[in-house]
Amino acid sequence: MSEVVLETFGLVKRFGGITATNNVSMKVTKGARHALIGPNGAGKTTLINQLTGVLPPSEGRVQLRGRDITSLTPYKRVGLGLVRTFQINQLFASLTPLQSLALAVSSRLDAARRWWQPMGSDSVIGAECEQLLAQFRLSEHADRVTRELPYGKRRLLEIALAVAQKPSVLLLDEPAAGVPAAERRDILDTVAALPDDVSVVLIEHDMDLVFSFAKRMTVLVNGTVLTEGTPQEIAADPQVRAVYLGETKVNHG
Amino acid sequence: MSGKASALLLAPARWRRWEYALWAAIWAAPIVFTSHAALINEIAIFGLFALSLDLILGYTGIVSLGHAAFFGVGGYAAALFAKHVMPDPLVGLAVGTVLAAVLGALTSPMIVRGTDLTRLMVTMGVALVLLELANKFDSITGGADGLPGVMMGPLLGQFTFDLGARVASFYSLAVLFVAFLILRRVVNSPLGLSLKALRDNRLRVMAIGLSVNFRLALIYTLAAALAGAAGALSAQTTGSATLDLLEFHRSADVMLALVLGGTGWLWGGPIGAIAFSVLRDLLSSFTPQYWTFWIGLFLVVLMLVGRERLFRPWTWFKRSGS
Amino acid sequence: MLTLLFDGIAYGMLLFVLSLGLAVTMGLMNFINLAHGAFAMAGGYILVVLMQKAGWPFLACLPAAFLITALAGALLERTLYRPMYGKPHLDQVLFSIGLTLMAVASVDYIMGSSQQNIQLPDWLRQRFEFGSGATMLGMGAYRLFIVATCVAMALGLQAILSGTRFGSRLRAAVDDPRVAAGLGIPVNRVFLLTFAVGSGLAGLGGALGADIFGLDPNFPLKYMVYFLIVCAVGGTSSITGPLVAALVLGIADVFGKYYVPKLGAFIVYALMIAILLWRPQGLFSREGKK
Repeated sequence: MSEVVLETFGLVKRFGGITATNNVSMKVTKGARHALIGPNGAGKTTLINQLTGVLPPSEGRVQLRGRDITSLTPYKRVGLGLVRTFQINQLFASLTPLQSLALAVSSRLDAARRWWQPMGSDSVIGAECEQLLAQFRLSEHADRVTRELPYGKRRLLEIALAVAQKPSVLLLDEPAAGVPAAERRDILDTVAALPDDVSVVLIEHDMDLVFSFAKRMTVLVNGTVLTEGTPQEIAADPQVRAVYLGETKVNHG
Repeated sequence: MSGKASALLLAPARWRRWEYALWAAIWAAPIVFTSHAALINEIAIFGLFALSLDLILGYTGIVSLGHAAFFGVGGYAAALFAKHVMPDPLVGLAVGTVLAAVLGALTSPMIVRGTDLTRLMVTMGVALVLLELANKFDSITGGADGLPGVMMGPLLGQFTFDLGARVASFYSLAVLFVAFLILRRVVNSPLGLSLKALRDNRLRVMAIGLSVNFRLALIYTLAAALAGAAGALSAQTTGSATLDLLEFHRSADVMLALVLGGTGWLWGGPIGAIAFSVLRDLLSSFTPQYWTFWIGLFLVVLMLVGRERLFRPWTWFKRSGS
Repeated sequence: MLTLLFDGIAYGMLLFVLSLGLAVTMGLMNFINLAHGAFAMAGGYILVVLMQKAGWPFLACLPAAFLITALAGALLERTLYRPMYGKPHLDQVLFSIGLTLMAVASVDYIMGSSQQNIQLPDWLRQRFEFGSGATMLGMGAYRLFIVATCVAMALGLQAILSGTRFGSRLRAAVDDPRVAAGLGIPVNRVFLLTFAVGSGLAGLGGALGADIFGLDPNFPLKYMVYFLIVCAVGGTSSITGPLVAALVLGIADVFGKYYVPKLGAFIVYALMIAILLWRPQGLFSREGKK
């Protein structure tokens, strides 16, 4: 069994009378390709928010490589290698992709507080930005303001910003959401091309993507872990099928 | 392809030709218009004050109606320093700047949390509190009558402040110029870019591993320092410090000037200061008593049609939403 | 001291009625309206004009002040305010400052800049005293009337809010305007009516309290801060929030000005800053509003 990089212990989150996260304990190993699935409203994003520190848990602990980070502020967790993408793009609308990536790279290299030299004077950062732009097929759009980019390109930028931080644990929150079919290929390719030593947790509804990507899956329903296992085990699990089939029934009804 | 990214990133930092020209014109002004040196001095100080507000308003998006707090602290500090310790202008300027920066650093935790309304009230509140304190401790500050007898020593040991305000205008312009140069470096640096990013999306700034609170505190302190410098200049070049330095209309005037000049670019402060002074002089000459009415009307119309349109005369007669 | 407490309560109730419209405008339309003080001033001047020029009795002027300012509010909402919803707060602040400047200058031009003399009717000039010495409670009839009217208004508004269809529509729209619109609630009309009533209340408060505040063209500039404090501290999502905040503010101000005359206002501002640092969303606000 390989090394555990990210672990939660009995995570609980209550909002008033609602329990959004109910005693969730999960492990993510090094190099994992771990998918987190569940019907809408299961609390997947809430869980991610607790992992990244945006939401404080009501109970329970989060550990990163054995270190308790439960009360660590979000930006410091990123410094430790825990990076996420957002379900709804969170980008810098008035900056260009090049500028956004330059900022992300500078942050990783601890150069973001330089105030005297102009941005761009460090050729190392410039070179890395070029490489990232090429990798995410954003080179022709490098100098266009982000708010003018088509949605699919913005989604790629969202992931590029995360990769720019050279994360050890990457949380992808529905990376393909809303992306037109023609551009989905790009997203899927970049997710597949992530380095082997990066541990990836993927939230997705697209079952093709999930099953082609994941080596391990956790099913979340109503904030509780229903079951966990390999994709084959999950696909064969009658409980899981009931949850999803039940949902489909409601949709048709 | 190599080096192309760096070149693109460096592009915004380059000085445009018109900027050199504009600065040349500004420096020429006190030489050409010697009789208006006092007015030039006032506009330079006001421009610095507006520039400092731009850091808060334009670059961080915080609506502050209490920026006069730092202006007043700088002014009183410089005046009291000249009167009780040492009349050297540059040292006094440093004292005023530093004290205002300290106040900015101390109050910066207040602007990090809360709603727009909260921030508006807290910034206004600090200015109001200082105004009340200056009023109460009138034995030190001179209260409503102002601090009398602030005599400044010669600048750099050589240039005495003359009644014609020539030395004063060069002094203030120099400080404005230095501030402009420093800010220009900061704005185009990685730190500056992160501040622009902060205005766009705070959550994302956190998500790339940068501290939002640090940046907000830093820029607020820097803005306070520059406002304090402006206040110190005001006290030194006019030889007085009154409660007027802290009054609400100062905070409101500087905000209007900045809006006229345009927020979010460094020239907004200086250009806005010039535009505001011109506007005020024009209106006062038409209706000396009720010019505030026309300023009010101007504000209402400007906000209704959209602030940005002021800089695009070709949109003035089109319907909005295009 | 009891007398001071009573005076503080009266002042606080007045501030509550004056600030309520502002609080609802902010909570409902997310609009920072710094011109709210101008509506209050309008109410005061309407009172003066009706009483002195038209000879109306005091009591009749109050509903008139309410109605006229409410109408003015409705007119302005429909024409000038509506395009400003959704614009950045900075624009709203400057816009409403502009309106205030126009109002102040106009009133200065029309009515002159000196403070207006309010002739209260005789029956309001009585004074009741209970007890003696340090624990004496002296209540002027005028202030008693103010408290009674404001309490009645507060109760009435609460009843409207919880008992009528308009009330539930308003509450829904404050909670979430988009969902409310999706449910078929005529959000525009709710905004219009609410703004009109809020302005009317300001006008009523201005007329009611003209004698206490002192009525001159600078009234909005002097008192707008207080209304904003009530909204910021009390939060904009309830009626009880501004009520408590207004009472605290009124009492603190009266006590402050009596015991520490030179620093009176300082206490109020420092208290406000302290409260906002402790609870940035206001004392009673629900968490997570923008």
